[in-house]
Amino acid sequence: MRERTFLGYRRENGRVGVRNHVVILPVDDISNAACEAVANNVKGTLALPHAYGRLQFGEDLELFFRTMIGTGSNPNVAACVVIGIEPEWTQKIVEGIARTGKPVAGFSIERNGDFKTIEAASRTAMRFLQEASERRREECDVRELYVSAKCGESDTTTGLASCPAVGEVFDHLESLGATMSFGETSELTGAEEICASRAATREAAEQFLRMFRAYNDFIVSQGVDLLGSQPTEGNIRGGLTTIEEKALGNLQKIGRRCRFVGCLEPAEAPKGPGLWFMDTSSAAAEAVTLWAASGAVVHLFPTGQGNIVGNPIEPVIKLSGNPLTVRTMSEHIDVDVSGLLQREYTLEEAGDRLWDMMIRVASGRLTCAEALGHREFVLTKLYRSA
Amino acid sequence: MIHFIVHGKQDTVGVLVTDAVKDQRLTGWNMETDGTVEAVARADIPLGHKIALKPIAQGERVIKYNVPIGQATRDILPGDHVHTHNLRTARW
Repeated sequence: MRERTFLGYRRENGRVGVRNHVVILPVDDISNAACEAVANNVKGTLALPHAYGRLQFGEDLELFFRTMIGTGSNPNVAACVVIGIEPEWTQKIVEGIARTGKPVAGFSIERNGDFKTIEAASRTAMRFLQEASERRREECDVRELYVSAKCGESDTTTGLASCPAVGEVFDHLESLGATMSFGETSELTGAEEICASRAATREAAEQFLRMFRAYNDFIVSQGVDLLGSQPTEGNIRGGLTTIEEKALGNLQKIGRRCRFVGCLEPAEAPKGPGLWFMDTSSAAAEAVTLWAASGAVVHLFPTGQGNIVGNPIEPVIKLSGNPLTVRTMSEHIDVDVSGLLQREYTLEEAGDRLWDMMIRVASGRLTCAEALGHREFVLTKLYRSA
Repeated sequence: MIHFIVHGKQDTVGVLVTDAVKDQRLTGWNMETDGTVEAVARADIPLGHKIALKPIAQGERVIKYNVPIGQATRDILPGDHVHTHNLRTARW
């Protein structure tokens, strides 16, 4: 019997989160130090240092703002302090996050310096943290979850066990009216026609194939191919030989029944319930950061050889079907589905295990990555800055 | 004890779910048909790596999940280890 409710935080805009972070968000690389100082002053807040935010332009700048605003807006974030070098971009991000109705405040360093900024921001961060500490979890329906999934350090056990287990959960979530997303554009090479055939509408299929071809055209325009990158050396060590084989295993994550209702730009929020394709890289930290910025509150991460990624605001639940990985890297694996390889239990039962862990994590249990302090926050950069 | 699993009924390769040694007789399970398949390893093959179930000529497509996953770059015999030394993507 799979639980249909969990204990979550209902936010001002009605969305449900599974964590209660107070985030100190730098607008740009040179504001990281001030954000880390504030997080050091106010214990329990979370600074999210990153490498960008200066002299970006065009589509790359739009993605930057979408990622920043989306991160602060994620329902796993109770409140947000934004610090940037100058007031204009800082205010733009503050206003974006404020649309959720949650507490948010911005501070800029020019004409104040680090000391004054850190003091003012620390006082606000402390108030936000104390307010957030009084928020209580309440019973929420599982259909209110937005769950993302991608795999990493895949091998052939990923296609046999851990990805199909995610597929089991996705099929069930879809039938209950939850929101899900998958992506990894490059990693569908060889399975793109099968993926397109899983679209709910012709428009969604065409949109997906447009995104897929645009990505392929980009690779060709660089005069290269992805041999040596896709599959990775880790994939090859685990027995995956070609990108087609990797892609077919990857696609097991979307289950046997569910169909995707539309396609999202990187970090774009889904427009309603159901399964959504997002145009992402297959690099784990970049992709999970994009999903967190799109509002996803729990991530399911199948791994074969043992990817150890986490995310600061979206808990990453790792599962593996590789008995060697489960044995040698047990501190990273939340759900062991390696028994599928010897038919010790059915795929449905493996899905039950993952479902149970998803509900427990949504209700507050820390994932392995959270317990180990994996907070990989990596922005996707489309091209070099001006 | 299952030594290898086969995804689809048209597949020409299976996936080892335990380490196999050369000349070992292996029992496989086909997930689609729920049938049993036998093979003899022609090399040591580690867990997660593929074993050929049928003869595959050079240039012929290798089938897994009932679809092509690439082309054989040399002739492959049943029981052979199938990996980067004899299989290549058809995409790049």
